Amino acid sequence: MPLPIVEFRDVAKRFGHLVVLEGVTLSIQRGESIVIIGASGSGKSVMLKHIVGLLKPESGQVWFDGTRIDTLPERQLMLIRQRCGFLFQMGALFDSLTVGENIAFPLVEHTRKNPDEIRQVVAHRLAMVGLPGVEYKMPAELSGGQKKRVALARAIALDPEVILYDEPTTGLDPVRADVINELIIKLQRELHTTSIVVTHDMASAFKIADRIVMLHAGKLIIDGSPQQIKDSTNPIVHHFVVGEADEKELSVLKG
Amino acid sequence: MPVRLIEQVGRQTTNALASLGDFAQFAGRTFVSMGPSWFRWKNVRLILPQMYDVGTMSVPVVSVVGAFIGMVLAVEGYTQFKALGQEARMGSVINVSVIKQIGPVLAAVMLAGRVGGALTAELGTMNVTEQLDAMRVMGADPIRVLVIPRFLACILLTPLLTIYSDFLGVLGGWLISVKSLGIPNDPYWHYSALGVDNWQIFEGITKSIFFGAAIGLIGCYKGFTSGAGASGVGKACTESFVTSFMAIIILNFFFAQVSKDWYIAIYGVTSMFGS
Repeated sequence: MPLPIVEFRDVAKRFGHLVVLEGVTLSIQRGESIVIIGASGSGKSVMLKHIVGLLKPESGQVWFDGTRIDTLPERQLMLIRQRCGFLFQMGALFDSLTVGENIAFPLVEHTRKNPDEIRQVVAHRLAMVGLPGVEYKMPAELSGGQKKRVALARAIALDPEVILYDEPTTGLDPVRADVINELIIKLQRELHTTSIVVTHDMASAFKIADRIVMLHAGKLIIDGSPQQIKDSTNPIVHHFVVGEADEKELSVLKG
Repeated sequence: MPVRLIEQVGRQTTNALASLGDFAQFAGRTFVSMGPSWFRWKNVRLILPQMYDVGTMSVPVVSVVGAFIGMVLAVEGYTQFKALGQEARMGSVINVSVIKQIGPVLAAVMLAGRVGGALTAELGTMNVTEQLDAMRVMGADPIRVLVIPRFLACILLTPLLTIYSDFLGVLGGWLISVKSLGIPNDPYWHYSALGVDNWQIFEGITKSIFFGAAIGLIGCYKGFTSGAGASGVGKACTESFVTSFMAIIILNFFFAQVSKDWYIAIYGVTSMFGS
């Protein structure tokens, strides 16, 4: 078995009295396209933030390509982070910079490329996400879907080994959501990256994933191929996959 | 009831101490990150836009404050000095007040409102929209990229704006005293020169550097630690101004005390009205 690129070993995380992750153990292999599903507030984004060291677990360990990262100091974490691209839910573009400056930001920070080379990389990345020629626009001039695509162009600026997607299709209409799905598949194919996607959009999950895991009440309750998830008899998984509230959830509506 | 009150006081004290500790850590990280390796073009270029925001954009407000301080002091002081037949000596009181105390303090208070509030609003919005996290995951330290340029711009430009504000304060005081109230020009400047020496000019400028540091650090810290949503950023902006204002007033007291002790130790007690 090759060394996993990302590994959670019995990870627990709480915010105050709220337990968000409890005994989470998960290995992600290089080149995999894994989707983490779960209800809103189930801790999916918290898991992603552990992979880049934005959050530290209360107990357990987080490993990245053979290096334990939950105990690493900030300076060394920065080296790990340069190997990851992160697409935030709302894009998190720097709104005081143009689109081009946003995508150039990691290149200026971490490479010795001259301005012409940087301009070429920016143009290439924008072409990859299907938005050529928007370098001089401000983020406020873009639609929601365009912002996500620009944010994705920025996330892949440094040719990352792992791309983390936090709710990439949330807030988009079905057509724009499908564009993002196709883009994730295209990048996976062209850049040979590992994709870790957090979503509760099942259409997106089934389209992107080689493997799906589900987080419920801080624990991973299923880990399998998209077909295994579809066929699951676990009532929590089944209700989630078909988008159906159970009796307990509906009871709050009954006076 | 008393137990609950004690509990509440205890909790608030603990929170205040924890915040102070967090702020000290934030300030410490800023100073540590500001070593010689920071001063490369990649980082230094980030100061210029901040200098424009902090300095150029503050000129109108600082001008108005400076000029009117001098004018108000002249108007208020004239009746009393005239009653004593000492109106020619007004220049020393107006100019010492402007250069040493009111000028630097009011300029700093205006900057705490205009610059400190803007820093907190900008960084607070970046915090709640995950832009600070985005910077971290791209392997860039937000302290290096965002805090240090703003902090240095505040330190460099608060003294310059204070000098400018002082200049307009002196001008405003002279305008009202000499041109409007008819105090003779030469005695006005003679007594002004007796009252204001290099020490006082130095004290006014030196403390404005510390005021600038407080405004920059507090503004950035409050932005970095703002709560979620528009209300969180709004609350952080209010806290930023109130905390900066208190820091300026407290720093000013310590400066007055230390400066007076050193002055007496070096020069002895001197009268600003001459012998």
